[in-house]
Amino acid sequence: MNINLTLIGQMIAFVCFVMFCMKYVWPPILAAMAEREKKMADGLAAADRAGHDLELAKQKAVQRLIEAKHEAAAIVDSANKRGIQIVEEAKSTAVVEADRVKTAAQAEIEQETNRAREHLRGQVAALSLAGAEKILGAAIDEKAHAGLVDKLAAEL
Amino acid sequence: MAGSTQTVSEYITHHLTNLTYGKLPGGFERRGEDGAITTVGDGGAWVMANGATEASAMGFSAIHVDSMMWSIGLGIIFCWLFRRVAKKAETGVPSGMVNAVEMIVEFVDSTVRDTFHGQNKMIAPLALTIFVWVLLMNLMDLVPIDLVPKVLEIVAGVHFQKIVPSTDPNITLGMAVGVFILMLYYSVKIKGVGFLRELSFTPFNHWAFIPVNLFMEIVGLLAKPFSLGLRLFGNLYAGEMIFILIAALFSAGVGWMIPAGLLQVAWGIFHLLVIPLQAFIFMVLTIVYLSMAYEDH
Repeated sequence: MNINLTLIGQMIAFVCFVMFCMKYVWPPILAAMAEREKKMADGLAAADRAGHDLELAKQKAVQRLIEAKHEAAAIVDSANKRGIQIVEEAKSTAVVEADRVKTAAQAEIEQETNRAREHLRGQVAALSLAGAEKILGAAIDEKAHAGLVDKLAAEL
Repeated sequence: MAGSTQTVSEYITHHLTNLTYGKLPGGFERRGEDGAITTVGDGGAWVMANGATEASAMGFSAIHVDSMMWSIGLGIIFCWLFRRVAKKAETGVPSGMVNAVEMIVEFVDSTVRDTFHGQNKMIAPLALTIFVWVLLMNLMDLVPIDLVPKVLEIVAGVHFQKIVPSTDPNITLGMAVGVFILMLYYSVKIKGVGFLRELSFTPFNHWAFIPVNLFMEIVGLLAKPFSLGLRLFGNLYAGEMIFILIAALFSAGVGWMIPAGLLQVAWGIFHLLVIPLQAFIFMVLTIVYLSMAYEDH
């Protein structure tokens, strides 16, 4: 337990180690730690921001959904309306068509009736002529009495 | 453990003797292992001391080779380890050693911030060096006390080896004196003449008391490095001494083996508290003394 040169030696070693530590150990470690701290703070801030963004996006999505629903409802509505309209149109077209067909049929029937009447009329004239011939003997000149017969036929 | 040819007191003395290299004064009579006496010449001689008597005869011009080597070796381990981490330290996720080192650095940094409020780039690295270095030196106390000396004796024929540098007052006082010089330097640098005024006018603020004040303040000032160095030395020396006594107890007979073993474990566990605590105290007191040098009080 003697005090000797070891004391001086230790002092020198002490100074050397402290200087080494001061120059090569402390600054880089502290710098790295500070930088990491900053990075972590940034990361946390970014995470916060991301959470906020997510919240906003969710809200937006909900809004969009509501809009889409409205839109879909409107589309369905208009489709329904259009359907009804088409049915209505078809109905009216059908009515018109039916009318047309009916009219045409009526016209045809009338025409047919007329024709049959004409035909009948001709036959009646011929018949009455033939009857008259029979009654009067064959003295009636067809040509001379044609006007009379026609008048008769028209009266039928 | 004490050999059959060694008494317990010889065993203890042997464990408390440093491996000393120094200058024997002229006319000193050296006693060889065979009992032959050789006289050192007039100019003295630089030799390896072969015992406590020679070591004390060398006086100041001697050096404790073991203390120096272990202390510098541990200091180099500290520097190497922390430098490696400093190089590796990046901003990514730290792991393993980097984590441990950064924990220590952060701990020291916060301690310094809490205690020292001046602007000084040196205090924190100084505190870190002191803390880790002293911790490593104290940790050597947990190495079984006979392991390294015995191995060295068998392998290299080295007779003395104290592997705990902080049980050598030269080591602890060397660091304390280093801190003391820094205290004086910063006191003068920061306060200038105010430092002298502080020494002269406290605690009694009257010119008639200047001699009394000076005496008291200088004693108080000098007491700081001494208490700093001797506190660490005393604690570790006492711890080492108990370990030596417990080890000596093993040689007292087979019946003592189990109690000695239990004592060893108990003291080791207790010492596990003392080791970091003393390192921490040395560091904190250094910071406190230096912050006192910075502040007017």
